[in-house]
Amino acid sequence: MSGSLEVRNLHKDFRLRNGVSFSTLHAVADASFAVEPGRTVALVGESGSGKSTIARIITKLETPTSGEVLLDGRPTPRHATREYRRQVQMVFQDPFASLNPFHSISHHIERPLRLHHPGLSADQLRSRVVELLERVHLTPGETYLERRPHELSGGQRQRVAIARALAPGARFVVADEPVSMLDVSIRVGVLNLLADLQRAEGLGVLYITHDLATARHFSDEILVMYRGRIVERGPSDEVILNPRHEYTRKLREAAADPDRLGQLRDEVRSEMTGGPA
Amino acid sequence: MTTGASSPTAAARPVLTTREVSITYEVNPPVEAVKDVSLTLERGEILGLAGESGCGKTTLAYGMNRLLKAPAVMRSGQVTFHDASGTDIDVTTLDGEALRRFRWDKVSMVFQGSMNSLNPVMNVRTQLGDVFTTHRPGMSRAERDQRCAELLDLVGVDPRRMSAFPHELSGGMRQRVMIAMALALEPQVMIMDEPTTALDVVVQRGIVRQLMRLRERLGFAVIFITHDLPLLIEISDRIAIMKDGRIVEEATAEEIYRTPQDAYTRQLLASFPSLTGARGGFVRSGSPVEPGPTPAGGQ
Repeated sequence: MSGSLEVRNLHKDFRLRNGVSFSTLHAVADASFAVEPGRTVALVGESGSGKSTIARIITKLETPTSGEVLLDGRPTPRHATREYRRQVQMVFQDPFASLNPFHSISHHIERPLRLHHPGLSADQLRSRVVELLERVHLTPGETYLERRPHELSGGQRQRVAIARALAPGARFVVADEPVSMLDVSIRVGVLNLLADLQRAEGLGVLYITHDLATARHFSDEILVMYRGRIVERGPSDEVILNPRHEYTRKLREAAADPDRLGQLRDEVRSEMTGGPA
Repeated sequence: MTTGASSPTAAARPVLTTREVSITYEVNPPVEAVKDVSLTLERGEILGLAGESGCGKTTLAYGMNRLLKAPAVMRSGQVTFHDASGTDIDVTTLDGEALRRFRWDKVSMVFQGSMNSLNPVMNVRTQLGDVFTTHRPGMSRAERDQRCAELLDLVGVDPRRMSAFPHELSGGMRQRVMIAMALALEPQVMIMDEPTTALDVVVQRGIVRQLMRLRERLGFAVIFITHDLPLLIEISDRIAIMKDGRIVEEATAEEIYRTPQDAYTRQLLASFPSLTGARGGFVRSGSPVEPGPTPAGGQ
């Protein structure tokens, strides 16, 4: 498949040591899916289900035990990792840890630009940085250049992280819980920004989250992971509104839903009166 | 504590009231973290306290329990605890031994990030038992052990794990141990500060359900602090929305959800896309909403 980012029959095993004996943890077992340009695929599941392992394999921070990651239908040879990373970038969960407190904002965005486009002059670099900052709605970009991460709010930092991911000219972005550390009222803003960029520039996004509600609203397709396996997949509304797999139902039951107001209390009460009490 | 199991709302006598509480952090310039907050907690109810980080919800909770440390100072206001025995305790004037006896016995607290607030070098038995050696000095060792086992059983942790150290327990189990500890003296009020935020949704649901059960059984009142408004709406009786140190709206969960009055409440509600309802005005819905400068000031 051309123009897409695809993983095929991905496996990742971790060897766990317990005293002298070893056991194997199948962190990812036989995962296959594709991220198309201009589309968002959400990967949901509880912690330990293997979501982040997939993210790390796709960004080549981890090598799979078996299986392939294909960019535009081709595997990436070892010497072409840099070119691969130019096209596939990552936004990390914690914007407070993923930016270096010692460096200015412009440094964070300049660096990937310089690494991936060595020919740019200082002036060109500067204007590209400003342009990127404005693309993530940090306007006017000039005022942010010399500031340090601690001077920005969490939402602003995460925007810087997104600008940094876009800087090399990425076509695919892996966003691993990009808003879970942010204040609730700015989460939707950051997700809207990602959706906006994705639509305007044909970005392919892999959105990793445990939040079913945002997964439903911000993605085209949802993959549900459970113990390393993708147990259900489909169009996002379909998966959330008509879950077929038992685990998806359990996840949905567990998600807070204001429409079920008072229901839990009533359930618990009837449980108590119906019980041996 | 044996009564109140049937209908906690029947006795409409408040258990904890705060009147015009103001708390300031005496730094330069001073930060007014809580401004003129008056809240009433009824016996046996779950009161949700929602707001974003920095709005003063944790500071208020600490104020109610007299846990404020310098530079935080309660400038004015009253916190009154209405004991089940009928006497009223003025929490703001308690000190020394009386304060020590009041804390945990009448009002206990589950702290933020309490998964990590267990002592790593003490096992569960010692930490739970510690509550009894301090507050119930007359108890024998065997009684203590038995009570600890009961408590663990109550919150859904296998009592055989009593000798385990915190690192040997999962996050959810640690949180349950913390709740067991808060329940140990059968308090009339439990303040829970973001008790489930760091946990997985499935685990979170289990703990919330357990909490609701325990409330029905033991009849304590809960102040549940979180930013997760959908969860609060689902479980609370009443909800207070806090912003910049003030309560901007206080109403029943249903009113907050169906007919929010304050603009900030509406904004907070809009921050949570609905799981099953109609698609709102998000970018992906097709009708483009310019993300632009989002309403939150922190942008």
